[in-house]
Amino acid sequence: MPIGAVPEELLAATERTVVEWFPFDPYRLPPLPMPPSAWQPERGQYESVTIMKALAAACPPDAARLLGLTTADIAIPMLSFLFGQAQFNGPIALVSVSRLRQDFYGLEPDHDLLLERLAKEVLHELGHTSGLIHCADPQCAMSLSTHVGLVDAKQASFCAVCGSQLVRRLTSSNG
Amino acid sequence: MKNIWQILVVDDEEVMCESMAAWLREDGYRVDTASRGKQAVEMAAQTDYAIYFIDLKMPGGMDGIETLMEIHRIHPEASVVIITAYATVDTAIQAMKEGAQEYIVKPCNPQEISMLVSRIIKVKNLQRENAILRKKLTRQYNYRDIITKNARMQDILQLTQDIASLRSTVLIRGESGTGKELVARAIHFSGDRSTKPFITVSCAALTETLLETELFGYEKGSFTGAGAQTKGKFELANGGTIFLDEIGDISPKLQADLLRVLQERAFYRVGGSEEVRVDVRVIAATHKDLQQAIRDGNFRDDLYYRLNVIEIRIPPLRERREDIPLLADHLLERIAREFGKEIASVSEGAMRMLMDYDWPGNVRELENAIERACVTTRTRVLAEADFAFLEREVSARRAWSVPAGMPLEEIERRAIIATLERTSGNIKEAAAALKIDRSTLYDKLKRYEITR
Repeated sequence: MPIGAVPEELLAATERTVVEWFPFDPYRLPPLPMPPSAWQPERGQYESVTIMKALAAACPPDAARLLGLTTADIAIPMLSFLFGQAQFNGPIALVSVSRLRQDFYGLEPDHDLLLERLAKEVLHELGHTSGLIHCADPQCAMSLSTHVGLVDAKQASFCAVCGSQLVRRLTSSNG
Repeated sequence: MKNIWQILVVDDEEVMCESMAAWLREDGYRVDTASRGKQAVEMAAQTDYAIYFIDLKMPGGMDGIETLMEIHRIHPEASVVIITAYATVDTAIQAMKEGAQEYIVKPCNPQEISMLVSRIIKVKNLQRENAILRKKLTRQYNYRDIITKNARMQDILQLTQDIASLRSTVLIRGESGTGKELVARAIHFSGDRSTKPFITVSCAALTETLLETELFGYEKGSFTGAGAQTKGKFELANGGTIFLDEIGDISPKLQADLLRVLQERAFYRVGGSEEVRVDVRVIAATHKDLQQAIRDGNFRDDLYYRLNVIEIRIPPLRERREDIPLLADHLLERIAREFGKEIASVSEGAMRMLMDYDWPGNVRELENAIERACVTTRTRVLAEADFAFLEREVSARRAWSVPAGMPLEEIERRAIIATLERTSGNIKEAAAALKIDRSTLYDKLKRYEITR
């Protein structure tokens, strides 16, 4: 589900990632307007918990997962930013592409790199919804990225341990 | 490893609490939240959290610093991280003065907080490991691990300290399971030989020949299978202490060999002709009455006097019953931890049972009993039912025990009745068992109006 306006190619790339790794048939919901109360003028960012709540309210009862995608820069009170957020063992996940863009850091835009980073964060947050915790393997999609360099260090795939855990969890709970 | 650690996030803002908790849970920690200082303190009383994240400003009631102080009263070692939206030097100084481990200004960089958490957890892991190792060491080698408040045992502990750095031979006497080896170790590890080897040999466990090679080693080719020169326990213990357990069980030949080592501080390896000189302190132990063994011709008196330079007699557990609750609690704590079971205590009734029992196997038997109860119990408190296996022995002991304050005539009357019951009324057998004449027994039967 796009939150506000999200470019078509990012939505399509997200769907491709989901199909590749999860037993879900993705379908796209109409865009959810960004909740105005999420805006934090003093930080110039959107508050992620408020967006997660709006996603939860909009989640169709038959959806195994609801993944929100936004171009907005998101954060929680304690942290200066987030690449994404997820309900641990719950259906809702959110990914922000704001800080996955090269231009955010004053560099030349790189569309392919953006799509690669997006795929990694989509896997990471959906991994959390399936109960996976952070992985110590820096190449695994479940490793914690506290800056974009660490996103680039990991692969758009799970390590053997996280991968087998994911399969076990998805098959035992039917998603 | 992470999931053994719990973290508490304390903030009056629900969004702050929940989002921080969710973020930490994704990292694998178990996280609780509290919206007020008072609630946080109550939770800390129940659980010792690895890290407390506490917001400095909380309206109504306790603020962050007060909460920190209260938590430190419960857990002096708690790692508290104070969080605030406004960084002022004053509050930072105050928070650190009150023992906050860190002070962070929100919002902070995810990397900063991730590193902070892993730094604290790393220290916690090391502290935990250290505590386990230290306890292990303490348990085995330290005076403090000989748990006692018994006056005689206290004297023994004092004596072990006094003689720790002497080279004199020590003979420790006591029933099985009283902790003879523990006392020997206490002597060794308190003295100036503590960094040198402490070698234990159980003399009862080996045949004469094996024990001989075990103690003195052997030369290559001295017997079939002796492929290379091998050092014996006396050589291995050089500079340190050798603990010869069950010394009363060794053969006359070995008694002679041992006497020579004690006199000359030298011996020959089996099959060897070269004298080996050693500096070894000998501590021997036995549950046997060696003086009786001397009278029976089974133990050399000269060896006895060599060994018995300093004698320590450890009382059996039934003569130091006041130590039973202390020992039970100590053993329970250790065994429950080893089994990973949450067993808090021994119930009052069960403790009375333990106190009543005679413990022929002494502390070792008590340890086994607690271990057995820990395995079978399904509750957090060990109850009488968990020690049901002792019941038979306890009631047998009760039937036997001297009923203090009972008139002697009544005791005599009951003894006669019980004996007659056992002999099915046969007077001659009963009189023999009671070691009195038949006529005396008749008189007593008449006096106590006992009819057969």
